[in-house]
Amino acid sequence: MEPIEIARRIEKALPGAKADVKGADNHYSARIVSDRFEGKSRIEQHRLIYDLFREEMASQEIHALALRTLTPAQADDESNR
Amino acid sequence: MADDPILTGIKKTIEDNTIVLFCKGTKEEPRCGFSMRTIQVFKELGKPFEVVDVLPDPRIRQVLSGVSNWPTIPQVFIKGEFIGGCDIVTEMFQDGELKKVVDEAFSKS
Repeated sequence: MEPIEIARRIEKALPGAKADVKGADNHYSARIVSDRFEGKSRIEQHRLIYDLFREEMASQEIHALALRTLTPAQADDESNR
Repeated sequence: MADDPILTGIKKTIEDNTIVLFCKGTKEEPRCGFSMRTIQVFKELGKPFEVVDVLPDPRIRQVLSGVSNWPTIPQVFIKGEFIGGCDIVTEMFQDGELKKVVDEAFSKS
């Protein structure tokens, strides 16, 4: 699976989200900013993303998907640091 | 399902140990970078923790993911509660939250 496909699926599922996905050979890492993460625990945020790739993760087409999930406010905060 | 020995074993391990890491490989010999990083974090925190290797039997991982509703390994449980995988634990470690959770878990037990 290409990183861009992963990013597109995330951005389609979470309208307004910005997903940066890197990686190859079944190992990927994603940084995702979305207002859908607001009010959710980190576990809930990561589950939201993993659920989009349930089949690929079960089949090992995606072996690893490292996640960094941020709300827009957290992303602003980070870029101002 | 209640009589599944693997499920019973997983539940008992989670109940009996303050900190449990389900990993690929062992504490001494992690077999995956994410498991290794997670083990390293808990070594640095310096409290006792149990590591369960999921590699010898693929059913361990299957049943575990059913319990936690989490697709990847490693998985960390503290005082019976699912805390997260490698990314969450690493973030919590970096911002000091993990040390708090761990210290609290041991102060009450």
